[in-house]
Amino acid sequence: MKELSFDAVVIGGGAAGMAAALELDAEGHRVAVVEREERLGGILAQCVHNGFGLIEFDEELTGPEFAERFEERMSARPISVFCGCTVLELGADDGEKVASCISAKEGALRLRSRAVVLAMGCRERNRGNIRIPGSRPAGVFTAGLAQRLVNVEGYVPGRDVVVIGSGDIGLIMARRMSWIGCKVHAVVEILPYPSGLTRNIVQCLHDFDIPLFLSHLTTDIYGGDRVRGIEVAPIENGALMMEKAFRIPCDTLLLSVGLVPENELSRNAGVAINPMTNGPWTDSTLMTSVPGVFACGNVLHVHDLVDFVVEEARRTGRFAAGWLGGARPRREARVKAGPNVRYVAPARVEAGRDNKLYLRTMIVKNDALLEVRLGGKVLLSSRKNHVQPSEMITLTLGKAELATLADLPDEAVEVSIL
Amino acid sequence: MEDSYDVAIIGAGVCGANIARRLSAYELDVALVDREADVSFGVSKANSGIIHGGFHHNRKFLKARLEIQGAMMFDRLKAELDFPFVRCGIVVVALHEDEMRAVEQLYAQGVENGVIGVEMCSRERMLELEPKLSRDAVGGLYAPGGGIVEPYRFVFSLVESAVKNGVRLFTEWEVVAAERDGGAWTLRAADGRKLRALFAVNCAGLYADGVSRIFGAEDYSIKGRKGEYYLLDKLTKAKPDRVVFPVPTSISKGMLVVPTVEGTVLIGPTANAVEDKGDAATTREQLETILRSARNMIPDISETDVITSFAGIRPTLGEDFYIDASAKVPAFVQVAGIQSPGLTASPAIGEYVKDLLKKAGLVLVEKADWDPAVPKVPRARDLSLFELDALAADDRNYGEVVCRCERVTEAEIVAAIRRGHTTLDGIKYFTRAQMGRCQGGFCTYKIMKILMRESGMEWSEIAKRGRGSTLLEGEL
Repeated sequence: MKELSFDAVVIGGGAAGMAAALELDAEGHRVAVVEREERLGGILAQCVHNGFGLIEFDEELTGPEFAERFEERMSARPISVFCGCTVLELGADDGEKVASCISAKEGALRLRSRAVVLAMGCRERNRGNIRIPGSRPAGVFTAGLAQRLVNVEGYVPGRDVVVIGSGDIGLIMARRMSWIGCKVHAVVEILPYPSGLTRNIVQCLHDFDIPLFLSHLTTDIYGGDRVRGIEVAPIENGALMMEKAFRIPCDTLLLSVGLVPENELSRNAGVAINPMTNGPWTDSTLMTSVPGVFACGNVLHVHDLVDFVVEEARRTGRFAAGWLGGARPRREARVKAGPNVRYVAPARVEAGRDNKLYLRTMIVKNDALLEVRLGGKVLLSSRKNHVQPSEMITLTLGKAELATLADLPDEAVEVSIL
Repeated sequence: MEDSYDVAIIGAGVCGANIARRLSAYELDVALVDREADVSFGVSKANSGIIHGGFHHNRKFLKARLEIQGAMMFDRLKAELDFPFVRCGIVVVALHEDEMRAVEQLYAQGVENGVIGVEMCSRERMLELEPKLSRDAVGGLYAPGGGIVEPYRFVFSLVESAVKNGVRLFTEWEVVAAERDGGAWTLRAADGRKLRALFAVNCAGLYADGVSRIFGAEDYSIKGRKGEYYLLDKLTKAKPDRVVFPVPTSISKGMLVVPTVEGTVLIGPTANAVEDKGDAATTREQLETILRSARNMIPDISETDVITSFAGIRPTLGEDFYIDASAKVPAFVQVAGIQSPGLTASPAIGEYVKDLLKKAGLVLVEKADWDPAVPKVPRARDLSLFELDALAADDRNYGEVVCRCERVTEAEIVAAIRRGHTTLDGIKYFTRAQMGRCQGGFCTYKIMKILMRESGMEWSEIAKRGRGSTLLEGEL
């Protein structure tokens, strides 16, 4: 069995993994990237729509184009890339991390390193996770699987489509299915507001006259061998109105009901998971509860845009490089989610520098106030024109705001939306 | 002239498969036919997957006697056939003092039935046996011989063994007509195919009543009783060490919590009569009931652990199994109304039906070269990195992980296809790919491609479980 040594091993060769690896390489470390698919790029390969790269490249690219730019940067650097290679286990041996991998090309591989960056991305929630009752016919796909079938494999999964859930992939697939000549009859969302980005509601639904049923629960999937339709019922004032239930016939159902960071490998390696994000708890340097193991991208928390993923992954790469060079966080404070905030990542800030924070709110509100407090004192407050759960909010807490941290080491920094 | 057989078995569920395999040990030509695209696609695929403890039924019933006999045959079967089976034991938990009387009766029945090791338990003993039980437990029963099994894998292995020993399997072969002439049955399938057989065995599960009528045999009616289940992720904190039963009522053994062989947890089933025997839909109300009931026994059960739900239909007839030679027509054996504990009893049903056929005149001559074993398919999830490395050196498909959630390699998918499992569900049951937490979100398209490559099927033929359950409607 082959055993190889690196300074850092990055698990996952999507946007996050590549960005972190490039950063570690730039800091002079020997880096390996392990990717289970045959080529780098991760989920970008099937995202043939545009809208990627507005921040990173200041232009609008498709997913594959965005991935290609990073692949080019990768190939220009002496980074070891293992494609078609699956990490089965992340363990430790003699003070080093060991990623045990298997690939058709090389058989088993053991990759040793001092640091590891987790960048495995996320998976789609499915029918079982949200417990939609009914029969179990063919023709029910997660939106991402349908996207793969259409955009990469070149197949049409069905003609008459209903999308359950208004996540971004579902919205984009509603438009994609319309483009290939299918009829999208409805998008059904249980919440009173869409789960996807506003720009996707406009470009993917409004522009194609696809009806969006908000506050509607899917109460049945019917059909024998192949799906024949769904039954939905409105939710009014918190009550399910079964007497107002109606059926929407279709031969294809796409589910876009949320994404979950994929942390089975992390869990088995002893990494502590935040139940609010399903991603690892990290310190201010995006290091998990296991020293030397870092996380970035959708495995940490689900992002809206690949540009944000790349930005976060770069910082993770730099922090991992710093850690390899002996740097350790000094004066850290816990960050906690205050009123109307679902989570804040990372869950710690360091007093001595700028800290970039990502958060999601639980409410839809115009003219909202973002407030950061420490021990009753307001460190920062800013007005937001509009907040909603589907749009991630970013925030930088700098040295100046955190100056009082020295006096209140046990207090948590609380971030709220009011 | 149609192909001629000594015995035609109608229905390749767990009963038909056991009978076919038993008969494969003799110098006989046996045909096993099923209306579905693969074996085990009826009643046998969706049930609790447990080997019962032998204390639930009185010995006066045939089903109790076959259950006790069948349960003891599983260790030998496991050694011969490659299927997941563990004797993890069964506990019956009483949550109120007034349930203890029923527990005492079960215990007495277990002793009467000769169940080895059956034990009355105090509260402390119950919590020691099963630490995840509710603190409300007051006592219960322990049957160490009870176990868990993957029912479809059991059927797959039985059929593989039967076919290896000469049984001919015909899928998508729905019997629509049967005539007796010249001392043999002529069976006709929906698509016009025919075969002749001296004897016929009706193992048609939910549709045994219809088959009986086609043969002009006894007139009876099989009613469907639906059981709904939830499946919980392997990571659930609520995984018990043993199968946990509530105290049964007069109509049902109640809803169980089952730690499956592969690490997930199954909760259910409900028991509701259904008019449409094809109606395996799950409902909101019933699933809520299951969660509530399961939480009474194991409070840690959380709905966020649910990865999927499903329902199975049990074929109910009378209080007991109906296994007998027809009194109305010759050379026709009925195996009907095989509900719980049918899976447990099934190996004994194989023996019992073999004897019925012998009594009816079938000549049994043992084969000199009968080989009971099927080759074991190595499973990546059971192997160390070293073992996997060695396998991948010979077959690089062992290095290609197709299903990440259940760690299934391309080699295992190929093994399934080469054994004739050419639907997505058939591949799922053989390999567990698509059965984990992502439920096929990542691997379905990969399996489709392997299936097309290995079988030569077109994209338009790829189906979830045969017939009209195709996945794709067109090409771009």
